[in-house]
Amino acid sequence: MSKATEKTERSEIVSILVSNEPGVTARLGSLFSRRGFNIDSFTASPTNDPKLTRITIATTGDDHKFNQIMTQTAKQEFVKTISIMDAKSIYRELLLLKVKAGKKDRSHIMEIVEIYRGRIVDLSRKSMIIELTGSSEKIDGFMDMMSCYELVDVCRTGVTGINRGDAGISDPVE
Amino acid sequence: MRLNGSQLVMEILLEHDVDTVFGYPGGAALNLYDALFEYKEKIRHIMTAHEQGASHAADGYARATGKTGVCFATSGPGATNLVTGLATAFMDSVPVVAITANVADNLIGRDAFQEVCISNIVIPITKHSFFVNRIEDLSDALHDAFRIAGSGRKGPVLVDITKDVTAKIVNYKQKKPMDFSEKPSFSDDDLNRFASMINASDKPVIYCGGGVATADAGEEMRKLMEIADIPAAHTLMSAGVIGYNDPRGLGMAGMHGTIAANKAFDRSDLIIALGTRFSDRVALNPSKFGKRAHKIQVDIDASEINKNVIVDLGVHADVKEFLTALLPLIKNRKHEEWIEQATGWKKIKGDVKSCDAELHPSEIINTVCENTDRETIYVTDVGQHQMWSAQYIHHEKTKRFITSGGLGTMGFGYGAAIGAKIGCPDCRVIHFTGDGSFHMNLNEACTAVSQELPIITVIMNNQVLGMVYQWQGAFYGNRYSSTDPHRKTDFVKLAEGFGAKGFSAETPTEFEEVFKNALKEKGPVWIDCRIAKTENVYPMIPGGGTIEDMIIG
Repeated sequence: MSKATEKTERSEIVSILVSNEPGVTARLGSLFSRRGFNIDSFTASPTNDPKLTRITIATTGDDHKFNQIMTQTAKQEFVKTISIMDAKSIYRELLLLKVKAGKKDRSHIMEIVEIYRGRIVDLSRKSMIIELTGSSEKIDGFMDMMSCYELVDVCRTGVTGINRGDAGISDPVE
Repeated sequence: MRLNGSQLVMEILLEHDVDTVFGYPGGAALNLYDALFEYKEKIRHIMTAHEQGASHAADGYARATGKTGVCFATSGPGATNLVTGLATAFMDSVPVVAITANVADNLIGRDAFQEVCISNIVIPITKHSFFVNRIEDLSDALHDAFRIAGSGRKGPVLVDITKDVTAKIVNYKQKKPMDFSEKPSFSDDDLNRFASMINASDKPVIYCGGGVATADAGEEMRKLMEIADIPAAHTLMSAGVIGYNDPRGLGMAGMHGTIAANKAFDRSDLIIALGTRFSDRVALNPSKFGKRAHKIQVDIDASEINKNVIVDLGVHADVKEFLTALLPLIKNRKHEEWIEQATGWKKIKGDVKSCDAELHPSEIINTVCENTDRETIYVTDVGQHQMWSAQYIHHEKTKRFITSGGLGTMGFGYGAAIGAKIGCPDCRVIHFTGDGSFHMNLNEACTAVSQELPIITVIMNNQVLGMVYQWQGAFYGNRYSSTDPHRKTDFVKLAEGFGAKGFSAETPTEFEEVFKNALKEKGPVWIDCRIAKTENVYPMIPGGGTIEDMIIG
């Protein structure tokens, strides 16, 4: 194991495969909070194997913190594999946004949605619901554009990701 | 065979060689206790005064025997009373399996009478916890619990079983305990680098932790000390690994450790950390700890490497396996000058008897040691008496000094002493305590009396909460806030009230006479020893300090 000395903070996406059993989220949340690890976003859902759940956590820290995040998490009984994802991996987030949109604003908003390749999934006389998928940066950009409208509800899923190529997320690097 | 859930628990305990459990019954645990009644020829149940006592007893039993300790409790308050004991075992990596009964599954989540979600409460203080509300999950949970508690870095595991499951009938085929002998593998490269750093060092020092004792790697470590001529210091958790009279032994390291141990870390060019975690009671100032030294570390828990102090080389391995592979690569060397310098620091000592009280802690401990043999198990509570015990006892063997190191649990001692005595009936057990710690859980005297355990409790009675009192004197301008309670407890009468024997001593001669009498007793004995409240523990490095801040006394 090499020396962990880099003190600058960075953000990483950590992918964790865990047993799909009650209480796993509480255990992981407890670990992260008691050890002072950040959770910037957290997504979880079962995999093709119903006994396993994939959890993707966006977190921040320096080398020392990441060393602790990885080793403290890896030793939990319910954790099967854990890895920090490659920056070149594919990351996606889903946004559902409800915005006030009367006659005056509707076409302006639709233009922005078009540029971001979003979809309008529900429309009423005074509001609409927009669905947008993409990288967190893209969604941040869209949210910035939309900030001048009257937003009713913002629901972001948090980031999930998968690596490119043939290898699985947690396969050892050749 | 067809069994109910409670009988299944008993069968799995037997599969794991468990013949003793500590606990306390209750409503939700009725089925479990009914099975204990049925299995009483094979499994001995020690009922304590309080579930906390049971958890400390299971812990003390595990520390003294090396086996996994088991405790039982009922739901709700029974379960929450285990919490301090489980946290204590967790911090000191002691294998304990706690089995609690919860309310029936149809009442779970309804705030039923005596319902708590203990499996969630203990998440931060156990290696793992199980909530079992389906009979078909019970056997796996119990097998896993023993595997988890006893493998890798050991620790406590809790299994919470709903009352209906303890009564449900199931078909069970006996299983062997799971194999958990597999150890992490390490690379030849790490081994070679480790060896070459030791071979190249002029002032190496071993920093030996509790992991060396747990992994039973004392012999390998002493060989390393001999071949490469390396002095060694131990932590509180590894007292006894290095023989008291070992010519290369430097004594205990840390806040109340020896001058020699702490100075050697400071002057060394290579600190070899074995099964230890650079805790804040040893590496008091992590950025200045061993500032002239390269640091290399072996630990069974990968998350301990680079956690508190950044090391130059860390290896995730079982310390016994690693040292066995390492020894052939270590060159025969002599470090005469360094050894002489390091062991020479042992001669610098503070004034042992610093005030003119009649009876000094060192005199009490020396008398106890002179009148007991090498197999004696010394158990402590937490505070000044604990540090004096760590300092003055001539530790010669592992599993013979039982103390709450990581959590520092006042009230640990009596329960742990009961567990140790039950686990090692042929060993003499001495329980050192202070009047503060003892007041916390002295109710366990009734357990020691019922079980006829000849445990000698030596109370270092200074009438104050000594360790906090010492800090208030040193750092808070003698503002003794809530440390001088003016209690009027008569320990001799109190002992008699419990059906134990009580003595008191005010001078060294009196103590020796009383102690010799205590040794002849068949049941528990308390000896109330009056010591001065002004007596401090020295040497001392204040929290966050370095060797330069050491107060010698």
